[in-house]
Amino acid sequence: MEHEHFELAGKVFHSRLIVGTGKYRDFAETRAAVEASGAEIVTVAVRRVNIADRKSENLLDYIDPKRYQILPNTAGCYTVEEAVRTCRLAREVGVGDMVKLEVIGDQKTLFPDVPATIEAAKILVKEGFKVLPYVTDDPVACLRLAEIGCVAVMPLAAPIGSGMGIRNPFNLRIIIEQATVPVIVDAGVGTASDAAEAMELGSDGLLINSAIAGAKDPIAMARAMKLAIEAGRIAYLAGRIEQKLYATASSPLSGLIR
Amino acid sequence: MPEIPSHFAIQLNGEQYTIEGDASLPALLERLKMRRGRVAVEINQAVVPRAQYDAVRLKPGDTVEVINFVGGG
Repeated sequence: MEHEHFELAGKVFHSRLIVGTGKYRDFAETRAAVEASGAEIVTVAVRRVNIADRKSENLLDYIDPKRYQILPNTAGCYTVEEAVRTCRLAREVGVGDMVKLEVIGDQKTLFPDVPATIEAAKILVKEGFKVLPYVTDDPVACLRLAEIGCVAVMPLAAPIGSGMGIRNPFNLRIIIEQATVPVIVDAGVGTASDAAEAMELGSDGLLINSAIAGAKDPIAMARAMKLAIEAGRIAYLAGRIEQKLYATASSPLSGLIR
Repeated sequence: MPEIPSHFAIQLNGEQYTIEGDASLPALLERLKMRRGRVAVEINQAVVPRAQYDAVRLKPGDTVEVINFVGGG
């Protein structure tokens, strides 16, 4: 169990935690949190270079693409075209062909537009991308995405940045039971116990950003998430006891002093 | 190949930008202190493959997007 590894898109990873790089105070804090999390895969967003205010500093100067698998996302994309265009650009930066596909359907909830996500995934898979789609906790949508060749599915636990934890553990269980590709719970985690719960349900990994970056002490929370994911994974493999309504004594019933 | 000095306007990341002198893509990236391996370029909605940067010359009226990675989840 100690040396258990995690395979994603044909690559071997040792950490089951993927971390985002949004909402940090600065690049130095981002780097410190990523290090504390033990993550080997790191998500980034794709944006226009600021021409007016040219800083020579770049996120990749702090998160070394030789050390980390960079996972560009399509956050903020509301159409198939925008998402596909963003992925094509991201790939030309030269950090590989893994992409976190998001096609958002609604501004307030940031829930994905599932039909558009499936359509974009089809195009991207055909173009050779390794697609990790952010999707609602819908077992059928997850099946479809796996069928068309996504390398993982990333159902949400709760709305992005909400910190609400796992809202529908039963759907997640179904998704995990049916899965033919890794299931990475993405979005909605609030604290370490949420991450442990996702792992205990049998998720292959988690993607966490806000819960770490928004914590009072992001570095400490990054470490808490790392430990929670390890604990949850080991508990899942160890096999939990059955839940029962009534007590079962753990001390012998015989030999009592009367 | 000798450079023909030029002076024309392009759209760069949504803003008007003047190209002066060397109109090659590497010259633009250098002027903007953008390093290869950190950015990607799209010209008139078509992504420019990294391997072709050196051969690309900008033309008047081109719409150019230069992107990089920023913090995100």
